[in-house]
Amino acid sequence: MASILAVDDSASMRQMVAFTLKGAGYDVTEAVDGQDALTKARSKQADVVLTDLNMPNMDGIQLIRELRKLPQYKFTPMLLLTTESAGDKKTEGKAAGATGWLVKPFNPEQLLATLKKVLG
Amino acid sequence: MSVDISQFHQVYFEESFEGLAAMESGLLGLSIGEPDNEAINTIFRAAHSIKGGAGTFGFKSVTDFTHIMETLLDEMRSGQRMVTREAVDLLLLSVDQLGRLLVATRDKQAYDEDAFNTALQNLQAMLAGAQNSPVAAQVADTPALSATGWRVTFAPQPHLFMTGNDPARLLRELATLGPCKVTCDSAKLPAFSDFEPETCYLAWQIELNATVPEAAVREVFEWVDNDADLAVTPILPPPPEVKPKAEEPVAASEEDKPAARPSRIRPARLRRGEADAESPEAQATAESASAANAEQAGGTEERRSTERRSTERRSAERRESGGGAAGAAAGGTSIRVDVEKVDGLINSIGQLVITQSMLMALSDNFSVDDLEKLREGLAQLERNTRELQENIMSIRMMPISFSFNRFPRLVRDLSSKLGKEVQLRVLGENTELDKTVMEKIGDPLVHLVRNALDHGLETPDIRLAAGKSASGTLTLNAYHEGGGIVIEISDDGAGLNRQKILEKAREKGICGPAENPSDAQVYDYIFAPGFSTAAVVSDVSGRGVGMDVVRRNIKDLGGTVVVHSQPGLGALFRIRLPLTLAILDGQLVRVGASVYIVPLIAIIESLQIERGAVESISNQTEIYRLREEYLPVVRLHELLGIAPASTRLEDCLLVVVEVEGRKFALLVDELLGQQQVVVKSLQTNFRSVAGVSGATILGNGAVAMILDVGGIIRLCRERAADLPLLPPSARVA
Amino acid sequence: MSAQMVTSGLGSNAVLGEQFLTFILNDEEYGIDILRVQEIKGWEQATPIPNTPAYVLGVINLRGAIMPVIDLRLRFGFDAVEYSATTVVIVLRIKNLEGLERTMGFVVDGVSDVYNIPAGQLQPPPEFGGSIRTDYVKGLAMVDEKMVILLDVDHLVASDMELGESPEEQANTDSALVE
Repeated sequence: MASILAVDDSASMRQMVAFTLKGAGYDVTEAVDGQDALTKARSKQADVVLTDLNMPNMDGIQLIRELRKLPQYKFTPMLLLTTESAGDKKTEGKAAGATGWLVKPFNPEQLLATLKKVLG
Repeated sequence: MSVDISQFHQVYFEESFEGLAAMESGLLGLSIGEPDNEAINTIFRAAHSIKGGAGTFGFKSVTDFTHIMETLLDEMRSGQRMVTREAVDLLLLSVDQLGRLLVATRDKQAYDEDAFNTALQNLQAMLAGAQNSPVAAQVADTPALSATGWRVTFAPQPHLFMTGNDPARLLRELATLGPCKVTCDSAKLPAFSDFEPETCYLAWQIELNATVPEAAVREVFEWVDNDADLAVTPILPPPPEVKPKAEEPVAASEEDKPAARPSRIRPARLRRGEADAESPEAQATAESASAANAEQAGGTEERRSTERRSTERRSAERRESGGGAAGAAAGGTSIRVDVEKVDGLINSIGQLVITQSMLMALSDNFSVDDLEKLREGLAQLERNTRELQENIMSIRMMPISFSFNRFPRLVRDLSSKLGKEVQLRVLGENTELDKTVMEKIGDPLVHLVRNALDHGLETPDIRLAAGKSASGTLTLNAYHEGGGIVIEISDDGAGLNRQKILEKAREKGICGPAENPSDAQVYDYIFAPGFSTAAVVSDVSGRGVGMDVVRRNIKDLGGTVVVHSQPGLGALFRIRLPLTLAILDGQLVRVGASVYIVPLIAIIESLQIERGAVESISNQTEIYRLREEYLPVVRLHELLGIAPASTRLEDCLLVVVEVEGRKFALLVDELLGQQQVVVKSLQTNFRSVAGVSGATILGNGAVAMILDVGGIIRLCRERAADLPLLPPSARVA
Repeated sequence: MSAQMVTSGLGSNAVLGEQFLTFILNDEEYGIDILRVQEIKGWEQATPIPNTPAYVLGVINLRGAIMPVIDLRLRFGFDAVEYSATTVVIVLRIKNLEGLERTMGFVVDGVSDVYNIPAGQLQPPPEFGGSIRTDYVKGLAMVDEKMVILLDVDHLVASDMELGESPEEQANTDSALVE
């Protein structure tokens, strides 16, 4: 089953995401910020990266930028979790290499649907 | 599959309260006019997180409220908005309001809607005042209904794969909308030798035959519209031409309240606030309004008492309902523990298990020859248990900053209400103490701080007239000493008023008319029961306020509190507390037929009585001359009501103890070794007993009382009113 | 005597709150709500607590908990007697005015039996004029032609545990008892 790297500094969001994805049969690795995610991404290959935008110790956009530098993550789908529907963050995210985004608040069903979309 | 996300609510609330605390301390630390972007960012992120979670878990009011705070903070961090005192004050009040809202949401209780709406309006006003909110763009209306399908030309840019997107997935998704006819355009495909697998060369034309809105089609390609050329044209039944509707910008009407309105509201509310403050059920509305007003217009003499009462009620409310960030977070029932500490515990247990199996093995076929091994094994057992014990205790130890954290806000609010300028200095906030002790010392500390602000520190004009700086300093200090923790609250105010205290003490019969107490004794009267009869009803829970309660609470924790004061220069309250309530190093002593425990930290030395070194002052009191000091002798058996083994002093031993800076000699019959004892409370099943701080179970299963040295001395004073209190350096005349 | 846990022998007609354990004190029979009885122990030497009234014998170690032991004879103002083989300590769960639970032991001459006394059979305690404390007497009942004085344990102890009451004050207020 696909392996997901879920990154969010908010424990409740992270737990919810992890719980939802695990329940659907995905393998989930959690990270609390960009730095943590980068370390974990290096040691275990993720098939999809889900990351929050605003985090301490490296935000989501920077994380994506760093991940894209790694050969094993060149084509990996990376989604930004953003509460802002403002265009500038999405643009910035895309410029950094994000695949797409998921707008918060989202419910578990929307999360799973998006993942299906990305994993095919 | 449906997921019940309510199980994550508790974690959300916990982290939100932490976020609020971070916001509060961040806001308090902001320098007005010189924004530290990193600091603002931290505050912003906290608000953002709370909002995000609220949205996910469906707490709409929280989302709406936090959204505005977040917007304000966003403007600040991008430089669009100045960091003004007004803005910071409003955000602080909003943090309070948000805290109350979160508590109400968490406990599923009603909250004060008026207060909430006022706060929301204030935030909106601030937002609109300096800046018009951006016009929200509107998606063009689609002439959807008339199209029977869509023709989509999708030509990705060469780098599309680098974004992690895959045209195949996109096409699959499009196909979920309806039947598609797909044609691939491979015109850009190069010769095989030039082919780069990571580049996208293909393009597609798709005919989607489905009556779906254009937006649905575009949504499929939403992520890639910058990375591809996309054209979506409707397949229309001939002939009517559809005119696309013009875009209509959304008016930012709701946000646009005139800035003047909030200040017009406030004076009216203030009048209501004053009236309400008289009634026992003061509304939060009145308080936040009068508080806001106080921030705005500054306190005047006549309002001060009202505000003081509402401040007290407000902080009481904060404490009670957890309205403030600190209130909610501090009362939690969980502890965050370093993983390292847990690993340490696991190690200790492991070693304990090994020692235990070793002892078990030894007990099989045990012979006298194995005695040495047994002793070693038991010594090891003692080491293991001690290590385990230390590890477990350290889990409960937390830095006192958790308790000190509420004070910057409290001092800020209270000093501005009292019209005083106060700087708060905090030292030693990393000093650790037991979690339970810290929770229980919170209220006494608050009381002492408020007392210092109220009575100790003077207003700027009085200070200047006295040649002091206009701004007073309140210092909180904590450090470890003698196996315990010392907490000091000091101020550079006017000090205690000896005259007034003495008068009051005489009035209440605490001090006899003929007595001539020393300064130190007079100052200590403030802790006497019945001294403060101020009927300040600040707590709905009915806890009385007063120094005697403070001392009693500290005493219940096994601690002491004393006050030092210098007229005109200030006062210092020093609290001593044990690091933990649970374990004590004790000296076992025998008095009569009973065994008692004297806490080792109070003992200076123990000695055999030297004939001739004892002198009687009156037939009730005796003094022992030890080197150059005179120590009052305390006959424990008399105090404790026990028959002594011998009344001849030469048969007895003296245990010299130090209490609040003075030394005394306890008379005991025998010294029986030292050991660590587990302190068990007498109050659980009985009540507190003067002179006894607790009880313990000895190795033989019997119960032994642990003496409270301070209490013993006090009992002594009560019994023999003329027990002389000599300064430590008293010499032989 | 080894510690025994009290088991309530419930008859089919028993209703909660109506079963009483009775004990003997000074040739009188007293009863207490069985739901409050945690266990019955043999008497053992207690560690005295300094400056407490004579009826507070001290504290004992009850499986790791520090439990006070009260001599009920002295508490009620009767003369002390030598403890004998039948002397027992009844361990009770007491609720104070704030609803907090305490465990306390009471030394009595001996334990009698468990009786079922429905509320209807309870007679109110008689008035003997104002001088006698009746707040810890729930009522009187006749069982097997004997009179049993039913006690309300919560009230029995509450007055003891007031902080600040000196032993002298306590002795004065508690000297009388319903007969």
